[in-house]
Amino acid sequence: MNIHEYQAKEIFRAYNVAVPNSKVAFSVDEAVEAAKELTTDVKVVKAQIHAGGRGKAGGVKIAKNMDEVKQYAEEILGKTLVTHQTGPEGKEVKRLLIEEGCDIKNEYYLGVVLDRATSSVVMMGSEEGGTEIEEVAAETPEKIFKEVVDPVVGLSPYQARRLAFNMNIPKEYVGKAVKFMMSLYKVFVEKDCSIAEINPLVTTGDGEVIALDAKLNFDDNALFRQKDIQELRDLDEEDEKEIEASKYDLSYVALDGNIGCMVNGAGLAMSTMDIIKHYGGEPANFLDVGGGATTEKVTEAFKIILSDQNVKGIFVNIFGGIMKCDVIAEGVVEATKQVGLEMPLVVRLEGTNVDQGKKILDESGLNITSAESMADGANKIVSLVK
Amino acid sequence: MSVYVNKDTKVIVQGITGSTALFHTKQMLEYGTKIVGGTSPGKGGQEVEGVPVFNTVEEAVKETGANASVIYVPAPFAADAILEAVDAELDLVICITEHIPVLDMVKVKRAMEGSKTRLVGPNCPGVITPDESKIGIMPGYIHKKGHIGVVSRSGTLTYEAVHQLSTEGYGQSTAVGIGGDPVNGTDFIDVLQAFNEDPDTEAVVMIGEIGGTAEEEAAEWIKANMTKPVVGFIGGATAPPGKRMGHAGAIISGGKGTADEKKRIMKESGIAVAETPADIGETMIKVLEEKGLAEKCKTVK
Repeated sequence: MNIHEYQAKEIFRAYNVAVPNSKVAFSVDEAVEAAKELTTDVKVVKAQIHAGGRGKAGGVKIAKNMDEVKQYAEEILGKTLVTHQTGPEGKEVKRLLIEEGCDIKNEYYLGVVLDRATSSVVMMGSEEGGTEIEEVAAETPEKIFKEVVDPVVGLSPYQARRLAFNMNIPKEYVGKAVKFMMSLYKVFVEKDCSIAEINPLVTTGDGEVIALDAKLNFDDNALFRQKDIQELRDLDEEDEKEIEASKYDLSYVALDGNIGCMVNGAGLAMSTMDIIKHYGGEPANFLDVGGGATTEKVTEAFKIILSDQNVKGIFVNIFGGIMKCDVIAEGVVEATKQVGLEMPLVVRLEGTNVDQGKKILDESGLNITSAESMADGANKIVSLVK
Repeated sequence: MSVYVNKDTKVIVQGITGSTALFHTKQMLEYGTKIVGGTSPGKGGQEVEGVPVFNTVEEAVKETGANASVIYVPAPFAADAILEAVDAELDLVICITEHIPVLDMVKVKRAMEGSKTRLVGPNCPGVITPDESKIGIMPGYIHKKGHIGVVSRSGTLTYEAVHQLSTEGYGQSTAVGIGGDPVNGTDFIDVLQAFNEDPDTEAVVMIGEIGGTAEEEAAEWIKANMTKPVVGFIGGATAPPGKRMGHAGAIISGGKGTADEKKRIMKESGIAVAETPADIGETMIKVLEEKGLAEKCKTVK
């Protein structure tokens, strides 16, 4: 799960991770009010969307006075920002962060991620702040330094110190940088983050080490024990069908094609997209109904696929293990009863309770094209949709 | 011979009284798996499916002599269940549970350092040695006894590959699902090494997916060490970057973990890569014919 920068900064404040004074605003008036409470002459007006690259897209402006705060707030609120992370359709700005400007001495990169290779949390830092870390990794990987954290002892001060010195943070700032890192690690583990990224982390003229930007992502699997984080979810930032799917614990990702897919298992669901493409079709979605799906869940999944206006045909590809074929079949029948079905439906069933599943579909009287294998099914749906 | 499990593996089911666990306990018993007990805190002394239930893993092991366990415990409690199994010094723990918080697994992995227990999973279909022992949730009937080892990050794709092999007459020595989470117990290289040393395994199917670099590392290992032919497949070639494809581990981020990159390195390492998931079986047959192993591996007449 993603949250906004201003929300991440509120969490940081609670953990004593240094951030500039700032306030969120949902309207131009609120932006002006927020700016009045800030003490610096220069204020920063920042678009709040769940995507990076806002600065380049014109979503971050430096205001030298109150008039400029108003002007920039009017300009950015309601604007659709297109960045390298939003896709070509862009994202509409509905929230602003009004922040105190600061006297930046140097910019750094600091991130905390889960490192799969070591099965550990890793803190990484670089003196190449402000730029895309992927670019730094590709061009000058020797400028990225990593500290692998032992989960039993947590991040040790010596590690934070070593990282700070490796990042070439001047020695008079190292003490504050260490404190910053220790607190950031605490946020990461206590809030079940999957990514914590500060880009840039800056040193200031008045001797501070603070986070100018803040990006936090959370482990969806841990949200059950992070109730306060759940409340930060902004549904405006998500696809409607994905929101609907998440209510039923379905794993759904909207795509651009016209063949709706309902599959069990993430690997098979991805491969079903691949094989549809291989036969010249375009998948409309990734949908994994998961292992413990009930008839109700399958019904909802089917309805979500049908709610996509682009869908011209559906391919159900099930290899039952923990998922039972009869449950899938019942869900398909139930969904078509509720919402009707006026497009081609190809069903491939195999695995646990396959015979019961096939029987339910046969007796339903629905116009279903059955497939003998995954390739057969993909081939059939692609030719039916063309 | 086989890998990890055989007809003598004595298994306890952790969380045996849950509905999923009950269903699969029955399926495993029907397959012939030696399920000797189960655990469910507070329900010790009961019996389900003719299997005795215990309050703790320690007690279950003491009473039954089990050397393996399979975990169906819900995600919030699954990490604890793994640790309980490790504490009871089981040889093998297979965790089926999906959606375990990743930081829980980071701790489990650290706590398991130096222990004798092998963890397979979490978020995996389990391990099956056909006609001997099925531990997990895979449909038993698609598996046939034979000489092809199968290792995969994806459950349903494993079934797909096994089904294709069996239909063509090529049975399996053992099929191991290592699971789709970013932090897991057993990785590709562990299983490849076991297959390489297993006299009954003649060739291996390795099924990966987008995200991480486990396939790349496995390919390097294969190039340096593997004496048996390997067929590979990577799911998710058409997945958009930055979107998590169901599995917590299946995400392309920062330009890393793409299917193309994985396939390229696998091909460079001498792995025969199937272009579509429907070609896994055929690709294997072609490789076996080239190596003169086809007749030996055709175990289903």
